[in-house]
Amino acid sequence: MALDKPYADVPGTTIFDAELARRGYHLNMFCTSLMKAPNRERFKAGERAYLDEWPMTEPQKAAVLARDYNAMIALGGNIYFLAKLFSTDGQSFQHAASLMTGMTPEAYVQMMVNGGRSPEGNRYIGEKK
Amino acid sequence: MARITAGVATSHVPAIGAAVDNGKTQDPYWVPLFKGFEFSKRWIAAAKPDVVVLVYNDHASAFSLEIIPTFAIGCAERFAPADEGWGPRPVPVVEGHPEFAAHIAQSVIQQDFDLTIVNKMDVDHGLTVPLSLMFGQPAAWPCRVIPIAVNVVQFPPPSGNRCYELGKAIRRAVDCYDPDLNVQVWGTGGMSHQIQGPRAGLINKEFDQRFLDRLISAPEALAAMPHIEYIREAGAEGVELVMWFIMRGALDAQVKTTYRFYHVPASSTAVGHLILENAG
Repeated sequence: MALDKPYADVPGTTIFDAELARRGYHLNMFCTSLMKAPNRERFKAGERAYLDEWPMTEPQKAAVLARDYNAMIALGGNIYFLAKLFSTDGQSFQHAASLMTGMTPEAYVQMMVNGGRSPEGNRYIGEKK
Repeated sequence: MARITAGVATSHVPAIGAAVDNGKTQDPYWVPLFKGFEFSKRWIAAAKPDVVVLVYNDHASAFSLEIIPTFAIGCAERFAPADEGWGPRPVPVVEGHPEFAAHIAQSVIQQDFDLTIVNKMDVDHGLTVPLSLMFGQPAAWPCRVIPIAVNVVQFPPPSGNRCYELGKAIRRAVDCYDPDLNVQVWGTGGMSHQIQGPRAGLINKEFDQRFLDRLISAPEALAAMPHIEYIREAGAEGVELVMWFIMRGALDAQVKTTYRFYHVPASSTAVGHLILENAG
């Protein structure tokens, strides 16, 4: 019998469970390596070469190079590990969040100042807004 | 004897730490948030805890995917601020309490909570931002800290009920420690927030206010809430709120609400803050 995953029908949300953690292990460990300043320098000097030191899949590497955070999450990336990547780029959590929502950073900040995204219509995939 | 006198709950958003470190607390964006902690700073200056048992989650800083303890207790003499990708926060090193931490570890493990004992770790914004909010920018933190790290990075985190029971076990451990220490337990993280995917930015004020109400008055019933309800109602990262039950479980059944504050937003997060005191 399969594990119950009641979180699969939450829209726009990926829960980093054991299955995804397995898929994203090397992607996340690459991100972990960016916590050391010399590694950040080496990565910035040659991203592709640095990525090739890790046993990541080609789609994972492509998603990193494109800074496509939604793609990285779908391929097993976890936001707290990916934070090491956008921190290396000098970006904040808020900036990364705006990228993932497809909003401009200004529009995202304004949405938050206005009280954030309402849960209404955002609880279930396919729910009527 | 050591005694738990109070519990503090607060969110631990990294941007709050950045605002403190970069001198931006008087920016219009941040004024309401820091104003909400002015009472708390005065209160804690008078309350003078000797030790804070600080419940938080590590954000892939001390623990990568190599080792993921569900509950870990920091037994080191000191804990350095972690480099989370932009250099360590310029805050004091956190002084631990190895003897007391070892006592808690032994007591709690014998009460069926299999804590991971950690004798070397750096601490990230999850632990240092609450210290900044409560103490400001002192040259040294004015109390010892025993970190309790809870996994909320890889699903599933422990249940609310498990956290509540761990709080009770910590209470029993503190109650049988001979040195005369004024101990506080802090629960950090939350409240509603989601920082990943197209649904990022979710905030649920009604959920948060009801959570605060029930954490104070009906914690046992609230602790039964399943993870999916946090995720659906309070955002994927809102599930961090389970950590608050460790703080609540360590307090008396009936508590005095000394202070309550709520503010949206800090970055993508709803900030909730409570000071609860044991009546007796």
